[in-house]
Amino acid sequence: MYSPLIRYTLHLADNALIMGHRCSEWCGHGPVLEQDIALANLALDYVGTARNFYQYAAEMINAADPAQKATEDSLAYLRDAGDFYNNHIAELPNGDWAQTTLKEFFFSVYLQAVYRQLLNSADTQLAAIAEKALKEIDYHVRWSSEWVVRLGDGTEESKERLLKALDEVWLHTGELFASDDHDAQLIQENIAADLQLVYTHWRTTVEKVFEEATIAVPAPAKTAAWMGNGRKGIHTEHLGYILAEMQYLQRAYPGCEW
Amino acid sequence: MKQYIRKYFYGDYGEGRNGAADISTGQAKQEWPLWEVFIRSRQGLDHKHVGSLHAADAQMAIENARDVYTRRMEGVSIWVVESKHIHASNPDEAESFYDPANDKVYRHPTFYDLPDAVKHM
Repeated sequence: MYSPLIRYTLHLADNALIMGHRCSEWCGHGPVLEQDIALANLALDYVGTARNFYQYAAEMINAADPAQKATEDSLAYLRDAGDFYNNHIAELPNGDWAQTTLKEFFFSVYLQAVYRQLLNSADTQLAAIAEKALKEIDYHVRWSSEWVVRLGDGTEESKERLLKALDEVWLHTGELFASDDHDAQLIQENIAADLQLVYTHWRTTVEKVFEEATIAVPAPAKTAAWMGNGRKGIHTEHLGYILAEMQYLQRAYPGCEW
Repeated sequence: MKQYIRKYFYGDYGEGRNGAADISTGQAKQEWPLWEVFIRSRQGLDHKHVGSLHAADAQMAIENARDVYTRRMEGVSIWVVESKHIHASNPDEAESFYDPANDKVYRHPTFYDLPDAVKHM
């Protein structure tokens, strides 16, 4: 199986790709032209970051076993759901505008803390990719937190929708901080982000933004065994549908180009 | 009279409320105001008008402008101003406004004899 570093790199890549795919689903369906373009931009940021991580993962996989012939494309299009290591929140359905922006808020604040720590990673390649991605994620945080405030402190309906979205999404925020079996080793080697520290940043930021949005922050979401752990390849039912759509062309016409 | 035109507002998408708002009630008429966007392409240059967009407030207008008008590295600074604050000359008055300048050629500094030593004029 893959080394802990390769698995961790794939986890970072999968998170970006799957969330990017979800954002791209809004393309052509945005509530107004300007926000449609905003979400397409977020999607492109994520997919660009995913490419960087996949290319690095492919390089390491091929170095370990040249027979593998992994590429960024084979990693994205030819793995099954059980081999994806993204967090559940990335694969959740978009729902309405409130659910989409709230999801993006929780997720981008989490990634912001992860990438900030990776800036000092002993793995210089991860550090370099994180540095580039961080500039984009900082904007995602700004964009999504403003929407959370706008909806939470907006009209009666917008608040109601945000609270409904919170009910849907909050449950899955605990899984963001559930670690993989190899995390301790990678943190020890100063390679991976320490999820305890990530959580501190995440909780503080969520509290700050929710206060402005006049929304109460729920008690920390508990993770239960039945919920699985995306880091270990155990996902919600939604990931299979995403992959079915995303991978269809390469599966049906292997190696096809256009 | 009820008018059903499929029109999306934030929150409508994917919600199973059929996306149809009765626009005759006025509920669907709450459009965001229009903003004019000015972009400075490089340090030292002026901000230039590039277009307009809809946004709920100035903050959102700047972010929308960033997303709509600077995706291909067009800018380093953005100004937005709500369109209603811009006052324009009336096209119907163009004749009295601009035509009188037509025969005032002496307003151009083209009637001086320049010494040969002066270059780049």
